[in-house]
Amino acid sequence: MGQQQPLSVPVLDPVTTSPGLWQSMVAVLRRDLRLSVRQKQDLLNPLLFFVMVVALFPLGVSPESEFLREAGAGILWVGALLATLLSLDHLFRFDYEDGTLEQMALQPQPLFVLVLAKTLAHWLVTGLPLVILTPMLGMMLFLDGNSVAVLCLTLLIGTPVLSLIGSVGAALTVGLRAGGVLLSLLVIPLYIPVLIFGTGTVMAAAGGSDVSGHLALMAAILVLAVILAPLAAAVALKISLSAS
Amino acid sequence: MTEPLQHADHLLRAEGLECERDGRMLFSDLSFSIVPGTLTRVEGPNGSGKTTLLRILAGLNDNWSGQVFWCGEPRQKQWDQVRRNVLYLGHRPGIKMLLTPLENLQALVAGRQAVSETVLVQALDQVGLGPWTHVPCGQLSAGQKRRVALARLLFADEPVWLLDEAFTALDVDAVAAVEGLLEDRVRQGGAVVMTTHHEPAMQGMRRIRLGSAGEPEPVARVAGEAS
Repeated sequence: MGQQQPLSVPVLDPVTTSPGLWQSMVAVLRRDLRLSVRQKQDLLNPLLFFVMVVALFPLGVSPESEFLREAGAGILWVGALLATLLSLDHLFRFDYEDGTLEQMALQPQPLFVLVLAKTLAHWLVTGLPLVILTPMLGMMLFLDGNSVAVLCLTLLIGTPVLSLIGSVGAALTVGLRAGGVLLSLLVIPLYIPVLIFGTGTVMAAAGGSDVSGHLALMAAILVLAVILAPLAAAVALKISLSAS
Repeated sequence: MTEPLQHADHLLRAEGLECERDGRMLFSDLSFSIVPGTLTRVEGPNGSGKTTLLRILAGLNDNWSGQVFWCGEPRQKQWDQVRRNVLYLGHRPGIKMLLTPLENLQALVAGRQAVSETVLVQALDQVGLGPWTHVPCGQLSAGQKRRVALARLLFADEPVWLLDEAFTALDVDAVAAVEGLLEDRVRQGGAVVMTTHHEPAMQGMRRIRLGSAGEPEPVARVAGEAS
């Protein structure tokens, strides 16, 4: 390289054009999905964890169908919440350690847009598979068809919220050596409202009442999280990077 | 040869930079300009704040005071512009071990420049990674990984390059090649700011010296044209 350059001579006046937001988001999404597919362990671990946590309740508390039917929605929600939590520490850590995060922060696009793409990738490889597994586990816990359907719907709206809220915690703790525990302590209190709404919706459905209001409320939380969480996470990441 | 910019003669200018880290003053009252067609080496012993200075110039570090200007205007008013026009390559250049060199380059460049795959493959070829284009980076040597990061320089269109320890892990031939590339770049009107432990054999190099004791030595400027 060097002496004779077959590549075109670069323009050295300040550059004014850069690829659009959409293109840069797709690039981040594609990279993260590709990495997840190559690192299958990271993909499977939260799912196995989810199944095991759910299996603990019939074994540890009671295998009675009445108990499980009543507690099933709560068990599955807590399981999904813990599985998401488990996977959060990796959300930014590898990118932080290998310098990818620096390069992302230096892209001309606003960082929160790229954080949103990363969080979407995180949900696609952890949250969505959890939702897909839920009908099977719901059946194991003697939930009836209607409850399972509503439960899946609440998880479909709720797990992206978990990823989004988690991204803020992950961004704040990414620079710390042992950030995992602190991350849980930060994030779990923020998960509580989502958990309450999620299980409450399924309870209401089991009681035979209309749940469209509950679902609308959850959707409103999701919209709020999509707007605010990436902004907060981007600021937190910049602070973490600045301190490194 | 070098076409001067119309709107301002310098790209980046720092005025009265001051940075303290862990209660120790790294540098204070540091002023310099980065103008097109120059190569500037940031010098100083370990821990003197070379990397910190480059990170401040790149906009990654916020713990400092002073002023940084881009093309004569305060930098904070035009962050999009600055980010697009300054290329920073750090110790950790953002290379993913699970991705191939080509995929890495694609991901790194996607938000900055529209570069076709042909150009990327050509660049990897030029840095001697042709046979490894589709091998995950985890299987490459440290020097080869460094080459993946440096391949970006072959098509980068940013007028300012900030290179932190660009020569680490490279063999003698590669070091010479990178030096040649940087010289070419300077001749074309680019501005390069770098830290390096080995003294590069380049003419007309400017220097920014950082002291170790906290007291900054005066900034020596070696004016001159690149060969």
